[in-house]
Amino acid sequence: MTEVLEKIGAVPRISEIYGTNLTTIADGLPGWMNHTRYPALKAFQRMGIPGFRTENYKYTDLTRLFENENFRRSFTPDNFEVNLSEVFSCDVPEFDTHLILTVNGWYDEISNKDTQYPEGVIVKSLRNAIKENTELVEKYYGKLALSDEDPLIALNTLFAQDGIFIYIPDNLHISKPLQIINVLRSDDDLYVTQRNMLIAGKNSQAKIMLCDHTLVPQQFINNNITEVQIGEEAVIDIYSIQNQHNKTASFSGIYVHQERSSELVTNAITLHGGIIRNNLKVLLDGEQASAKICGLALSDKNQHVDNYTNIEHIKPNCQSNQLYKNILDDNSTGGFTGRIHVLPYAAKTAAFQRNNNVLLTNAAKMNTKPQLVIDNDDVKCSHGATVGRINDEALFYLQARGINEKEARLMLMFAFAHEVLAEIKIEKLRDVIDQLVNKRLRGEVSKCHSCALDCIR
Amino acid sequence: MLVIKDLYAKVEGKDILKGINLTVNAGEVHAIMGPNGSGKSTLANVLAGHTNFEVTHGSITFNGKDIFDMSPDIRAKEGLFLSFQYPVEIPGVSMVNFLKTAVNEHRKYRNEKELTAGDFLKLMREKKAMVQIDSQLTNRSVNEGFSGGEKKKNEIFQMAMLEPTLAILDETDSGLDIDALRIVSNGVNMLKTKDNATILVTHYQRLLDYIVPDFVHVLYEGRIVKSAGKELAIEIEEKGYDWIKKELGE
Amino acid sequence: MEDQNKLIKEVTQRDYRFGFVSDIETDTIVKGLNEEVIRIISAKKDEPEFMLEFRLKAYRRWLTMKMPEWAQIKMPVIDYQEIIYYAAPTQQAKYESLNEVDPELLRTFEKLGIPLEEQKMLSGVAVDAVIDSVSVKTTFKETLAERGIIFCSFSDAVKHHPDLIQKYLGMAVPYNDNYFAALNSAVFSDGSFVYIPKGTRCPMELSTYFRINAKNTGQFERTLIIADDDSYVSYLEGCTAPMRDENQLHAAIVEIIAMDRAEVKYSTVQNWYPGDKNGKGGIFNFVTKRGICKGVSSKICWNQVETGSAITWKYPSCVLMGDNSIAEFNSVALTNNYQQADTGTKMIHIGKNTKSTIVSKGISAGHSSNSYRGLVRVAPKAENARNYSQCDSLLLGDTCGAHTFPYIEVGNSSSIIEHEATTSKIGEDQIFYCNQRGISTEDAIGMIVNGYAREVINKLPMEFAVEAQKLLQISLEGSVG
Ligand SMILES: Nc1ncnc2c1ncn2[C@@H]1O[C@H](COP(=O)(O)OP(=O)(O)O)[C@@H](O)[C@H]1O
Ligand SMILES: [Mg+2]
Repeated sequence: MTEVLEKIGAVPRISEIYGTNLTTIADGLPGWMNHTRYPALKAFQRMGIPGFRTENYKYTDLTRLFENENFRRSFTPDNFEVNLSEVFSCDVPEFDTHLILTVNGWYDEISNKDTQYPEGVIVKSLRNAIKENTELVEKYYGKLALSDEDPLIALNTLFAQDGIFIYIPDNLHISKPLQIINVLRSDDDLYVTQRNMLIAGKNSQAKIMLCDHTLVPQQFINNNITEVQIGEEAVIDIYSIQNQHNKTASFSGIYVHQERSSELVTNAITLHGGIIRNNLKVLLDGEQASAKICGLALSDKNQHVDNYTNIEHIKPNCQSNQLYKNILDDNSTGGFTGRIHVLPYAAKTAAFQRNNNVLLTNAAKMNTKPQLVIDNDDVKCSHGATVGRINDEALFYLQARGINEKEARLMLMFAFAHEVLAEIKIEKLRDVIDQLVNKRLRGEVSKCHSCALDCIR
Repeated sequence: MLVIKDLYAKVEGKDILKGINLTVNAGEVHAIMGPNGSGKSTLANVLAGHTNFEVTHGSITFNGKDIFDMSPDIRAKEGLFLSFQYPVEIPGVSMVNFLKTAVNEHRKYRNEKELTAGDFLKLMREKKAMVQIDSQLTNRSVNEGFSGGEKKKNEIFQMAMLEPTLAILDETDSGLDIDALRIVSNGVNMLKTKDNATILVTHYQRLLDYIVPDFVHVLYEGRIVKSAGKELAIEIEEKGYDWIKKELGE
Repeated sequence: MEDQNKLIKEVTQRDYRFGFVSDIETDTIVKGLNEEVIRIISAKKDEPEFMLEFRLKAYRRWLTMKMPEWAQIKMPVIDYQEIIYYAAPTQQAKYESLNEVDPELLRTFEKLGIPLEEQKMLSGVAVDAVIDSVSVKTTFKETLAERGIIFCSFSDAVKHHPDLIQKYLGMAVPYNDNYFAALNSAVFSDGSFVYIPKGTRCPMELSTYFRINAKNTGQFERTLIIADDDSYVSYLEGCTAPMRDENQLHAAIVEIIAMDRAEVKYSTVQNWYPGDKNGKGGIFNFVTKRGICKGVSSKICWNQVETGSAITWKYPSCVLMGDNSIAEFNSVALTNNYQQADTGTKMIHIGKNTKSTIVSKGISAGHSSNSYRGLVRVAPKAENARNYSQCDSLLLGDTCGAHTFPYIEVGNSSSIIEHEATTSKIGEDQIFYCNQRGISTEDAIGMIVNGYAREVINKLPMEFAVEAQKLLQISLEGSVG
């Protein structure tokens, strides 16, 4: 059976999975949403599986992964009961937050039913939002994550059934972070699709934490897409902490539209995972909007982490700032593509980008591709990228003060990493991640006591 | 030489100069003092023809000519020199090339023959000695990596090279140590003749000990609110600007 | 600001100076490309069998290849059957003294400012001139021969040094390297050949001037430079073309091989006809240039000032094989009107302690598009490899684009790779400062642009630097804002 499937190739096979399950997938969802699927299928078939022939996936080849998988799809909720204490014992940051839980891409009605949110805030499953907040969802769904632009968006749109919907009303400032925990749990290998939407009203403020977590040693492919609308003068922070096991392939796409004077902070901390690809696209579509985009990835073994950003300066007087760092050990590979695109009318743009990487072995490999596409002359834009070793001078200086080499290296690596962590505005979260990173750098990788999983292997 | 009549100017929609009247004759030295933000640099820039500043009313005649329609380089070649408060860095453009072009443009404007490379270098050596500027500086790009003091000295050096009829020195003394101040002032004094004039924008009496002004003006909120002889500067040094503000009924 | 924009426009819209057509009798073959045409070219040049085989192999490979597509370049489809692949001045290969040279040809060179005449030879640059496809004159041959230096047309080299050609042809740029390299390998008609023997320092700059003259022709020349152990040579390349409404194709190959401790400096001032103000006509310049630092401590340096061509597509590259070898790429690319340039370099670090430096200065004006595309790759064994890249873009006016696409692939943990890029425009305060010192806006822009490009221009040999500086000014005329 498998053999036959492999021969027909991933694209026709996935197309067929869609065809066979069409009615289940579309069930209970409105026509306008289901009508996005066929164009998505066409787009997927045209672009194929992302691989090095696709310029944007030059450094993340997914053809092998997709050709070889024959994972179960979760077209209906699995209804696992989630034990939260188990989750938190596995290095998911635990402090006072508004918790939102998903299991295998589905909004977990049972765990979430008692959670309280500030007045006016809507948090619910995307399915319910489609029923109950139809106008809002219909207005924004598929407007930022465009199937034609990326095969993973096409795939997500093709199979999208559920996810999280969050709405923050105008002028509301939420002080406690909203913490989303995406749990993966299955008795067999599983392919997960999750589709989220976040709408932040005018002058609203919120901090969102995304924690991806795998509870069992099965293989997963997780295709998770979030569309984010940020209203005028709103201030939104999105922090994601990726800590999954080595057999997880995690694709996370965040697509943001920013209006006038809004502020966005994103910070993607990748501590562990198998194949990780993070896509982030930000449209600065109102004057004085600003985006601070950061990421830190620590990788070892055969892990692969690739961050792709595309910041589009559409309106004048906007600012963007990107800072991405990788520390690569063993045979791990890293990718970074950061694109700054200043459109012709976006005068007075200030756009900066930096990508710094440290390789710890000769078997590790880093590919970086910073890009500037500038179509306006009245701009301040720059990018810088480095790949190298720990600074010899600094190492010597520390050693000369009596610190042994190993400790000195750790100190320097930690300092290197900390520059990204310093951008986390939730103090408690920053502390937790500081500790996690420290632990990770010392090789004491989150070997969670109560967890059946041996994350290190 | 310079006659400013009821000059109003704004920048980015904000009115800064609100009716300046000032006459400067050949052979005179004028000092303009005033609190930060009162519009001194704005006045200097308007005189030099900076396009950021929009003149909304009034007139400026220089050597009998209305200068409004003159581009900044023409004004320069007419003999108006501005020593910038913050001289800009121009990477890659060598001082020599820059000055040679400037000097020859001035000469062409006066229908004089352009200087040969040799004559130019000779002139440069002379003037360098005069303002005691470090030889190394002229081997670099314009203002690039110069310290604050070096930039100011470089401005005076350029003034020596271009021999303007009216020099406006915008806080040329700020950031100078006492030796540099003496050198700069000596330079200015040496260049002084009965045919040219100087406008000094400064906060400090100190400079005026070296370059003695014939008139001192206080610029406040875009207007010259007080004019007197050099004793005014001493009074300001002692008492600040508050008493003037009080006099104005504030 | 308005005025400045107007001035930018004026400065950038001055005309191409070298757009004349010379009335030289040429021997052309029928247009179009097939195996027969390749055999004719090979036969006309009286080539040995191995050359014909090389050509045919390349041609057959080319047929299977597809024209590269780059997102940043827009261009019409090229009809390869409409191009004449061989055009030579009829009196080729006979110029023993200048008296025999077609006087029209001499006038052409005079207009180009190429020192072909005897007295000008005293200026100390040995020149090989290539018109359309054929090398018409190589000067100073004898002086050089005394030291064992070979500097001759590629055809001569094929005749007199077939062993060297057979050994090195295609070593840096294999016949199947890319679409245009395959095309060139199939149809190239002439070019220059340089061999510097062991321990020899070439006493003068060697130079080639290329000119496309005949109508509907493509120019496919090929240069091969071999610097044996402990030798040094500095090589200059210049080019011009007449103004024509149709686009013309130039697909050249340059190969450089540097042996142990050898140093090769290759400088280009590229001024092919860029097309008119509306983007009509102009040369498509698709060039493959690659050097191999084969020996230990060898050094290859590419310097280029690119102001011409409607479309430029070129990435002079270095493969740093020898331990301790050094490579440099210094480039100024100026685009104006509707020109498009996609240029950059590849630095492939294979040997230990290898070092490469990239300095790229892009200047865009008018409606042009200027892209830097570069690759730095460090192989796992390239211990202590070092690269520093600096890519700056200067935009003049608000209708042009500047793009930077570096690719950095590092597989060695002891290497240090740094890349920096900035985008800027000429500061209004800089122009005002110059104005205040009596320098007109136009001159100020010229000065500032030259200052911006200075770092690279300084790397050019003296005479070339002066030329390049003038070119920058001329190419910008009409554009400044
Ligand atoms: N380019 C500009 N844009 C906006 N405001 C300006 C600009 N230049 C000067 N101003 C404002 O004009 C006022 C006068 O400034 P200036 O002439 O520099 O004062 P000073 O007397 O200290 O030299 C200040 O309030 C300053 O902020
Ligand atoms: Mg001031």
